[in-house]
Amino acid sequence: MNFDYSDDQQAIKSTAREFLASRFKLEKVRELAEKGEYDDGLWGQIAELGWPGIFIDEGAGGQDLGVLELTILQEELGYACAPTPFFSNAAAGLLVKHAGSSEQQERLLPGVASGEARGTVGVVTNGSAPLVPDADSAAFVVLLDNGSASVVETAAAQPEKVETIDSTRRFFSVGAGDGEALEGDVEGAVQRIEVALAAELVGVCQRAMEMAVEYAKDRKQFDRPIGAYQGVSHRCAQMLLETESARAATLYAAWTADNEPESLPLASSMAKAYSADAGWRVTASSLQVHGGIGFTWEHDLHWFLKRARTDGALFGSARSHRDRVAELAGLARSAAAV
Amino acid sequence: MDLTLSPQEQAFRDELRSWLEENNPGDEPAGDEAAFEFRRKWQRQLADAGWAGLSWPEEYGGRGATLIEQAIFNEEISRAKAPSVANVLGLVMGGPVVIAHGTDEQKQRYLKPILTAEEIWCQGFSEPESGSDLASLKTKAVKSNGEWVVTGQKVWTTFAHEAKWCMLVARTDQDVPKHKGLTYFLMDMEQEGVEVKPLHQITGEAEFNEIFMNEARIPDENIVGGEGNGWMVAITTLMHERVGIGLGSAVQLKIALGELMDQIRERGMEEDPIIRQRVAQIYIEAETIRLNASRGLTRTMKTGIPGPEGSLTKWQWSDANQALTELAMDVRGPEAPIVDDHWTYRFLRARANSIEGGTTEILKNIVAERVLGLPKLR
Repeated sequence: MNFDYSDDQQAIKSTAREFLASRFKLEKVRELAEKGEYDDGLWGQIAELGWPGIFIDEGAGGQDLGVLELTILQEELGYACAPTPFFSNAAAGLLVKHAGSSEQQERLLPGVASGEARGTVGVVTNGSAPLVPDADSAAFVVLLDNGSASVVETAAAQPEKVETIDSTRRFFSVGAGDGEALEGDVEGAVQRIEVALAAELVGVCQRAMEMAVEYAKDRKQFDRPIGAYQGVSHRCAQMLLETESARAATLYAAWTADNEPESLPLASSMAKAYSADAGWRVTASSLQVHGGIGFTWEHDLHWFLKRARTDGALFGSARSHRDRVAELAGLARSAAAV
Repeated sequence: MDLTLSPQEQAFRDELRSWLEENNPGDEPAGDEAAFEFRRKWQRQLADAGWAGLSWPEEYGGRGATLIEQAIFNEEISRAKAPSVANVLGLVMGGPVVIAHGTDEQKQRYLKPILTAEEIWCQGFSEPESGSDLASLKTKAVKSNGEWVVTGQKVWTTFAHEAKWCMLVARTDQDVPKHKGLTYFLMDMEQEGVEVKPLHQITGEAEFNEIFMNEARIPDENIVGGEGNGWMVAITTLMHERVGIGLGSAVQLKIALGELMDQIRERGMEEDPIIRQRVAQIYIEAETIRLNASRGLTRTMKTGIPGPEGSLTKWQWSDANQALTELAMDVRGPEAPIVDDHWTYRFLRARANSIEGGTTEILKNIVAERVLGLPKLR
């Protein structure tokens, strides 16, 4: 048993940390978030690193690694709060890979892997998908509707810009149009997407916690660093507990996706439910530790808080995932409770 | 990353599992005395089969088991719902203390009877005025004619009324800073100067005791780790106490949650959305305890030193067990306060979980100071 990254995985993590720290400094995140834009040049660099194809077969131009490696990147992208279309493209790639026919895979995956013909995913409720990331710049949209998936060309989907609290990413609403069905393992793909989101939330938690701890060591009131007061230090300890637990649940879920898929349905819901709650609580608690400065636009914490709240709402709320956990743990599903 | 067991570890688990299937004596008999004898016999059975003192080196009668094997052991014992052993503190603390800090004579004298539960051990650390601030303890040992004369009071001592030996930390030097004036003794409980009184807890039973020492005698050779080193000896053993325990407690939580889900189904409450949310949250907490403990195990194997995960999992476990027993009371509805040998006891007993073995507040201090590097208030 080894509940830790291999040397190769560790190398992916440190490369990602370094790259993102130099390219997506907080000033850059702010600049892009305030304009509501992505940086195409930086996306090109990310594509050159091979990240978009990390879990895609070599034949389609990918690196042929697993969900675990994908979650390493997702965690680091969350840690940097990087404004990129990485997640939406990866989500589409997972659906095509696991639910697409071989013809669909051959047609769509090379563009996902190279980052040049990206995809995105929308979840349909009441006839349209209200919150689809990056739909304007994607080549295709995968629409999930009540357990089935279909591919729609972006132009046909008529994306309309939606303002969300998270301005580090671009969201659109998309009408549910007719598309070509993806007939394979849609559920398995969606569960992998949930794990990828959970990983981004872990990165967000880690950064928000580090910001709080740094501030608590630095900020003095009543002649002492505020981190010496238990009202503050116990808050920080709680952040560590939740961040580490979210990380453990997410690592486990990613491992099951690659090695023990029969455990993935439960593991992915546990990871998403726990990380969604942790993401919100840790960022909100970090804001409280920062006091007034944390509530200002000029401080960078709010990008993380908004990213966490938005990730928490994508692909199932904590509440809906807990309901699935209850079912899989042994309580029959209630139609009314979903 | 690899979360599977190696063939050797699987073989260890299978051997233990089948041994437990054949030998698990089942539920304890009623009555404190009968229950204790039952546990003593069970421990002897484990010891005879080589399952006691798992972590102890083979030269001292242990099994020299790896950390993973210890964790597997805790999981399997919990899964089999096997009874507790009689000499828990001797096995997890007394033996390891003597092995790490004892003299050859002490190892010869004390280790074997710990394994077989022939001699029961108890722990004399906490005092009425020294709980979390253990180093402030006041029990005094004064040297006189080649032996130590001890006066003071200890509290929360499990099995003191059954114990032959007490791991006693006492103040031997009043003139140095509080951590430096302490010495670790092995005190014979069977003597005139030692009086044991049961301490009745909110469940009505007396799991713990108070010990009153009025000029109790301890020979000089019963010091462990040298005069004045008591704090260091006590702390190093407390650190190793929790290795792998998290995995056993996660299994216990899941078993209890399974029993509670039976209740929920019997009462037709499985579709209640609030109940479902609470069950799921406890299930997730139990799983994260298991996963955090497993990650801690990997780290301990790499560094040789138990990390802060022990504090995290103990804190998480006490929260989760309290949440579980509170949910059980809510599920029982208007019947909740009616005494039932199962849930009302667990509900009340769980209140101690966030106090015993390090209060949640102290665990948060440990995490804040040692993991996050926040400044100490003191």
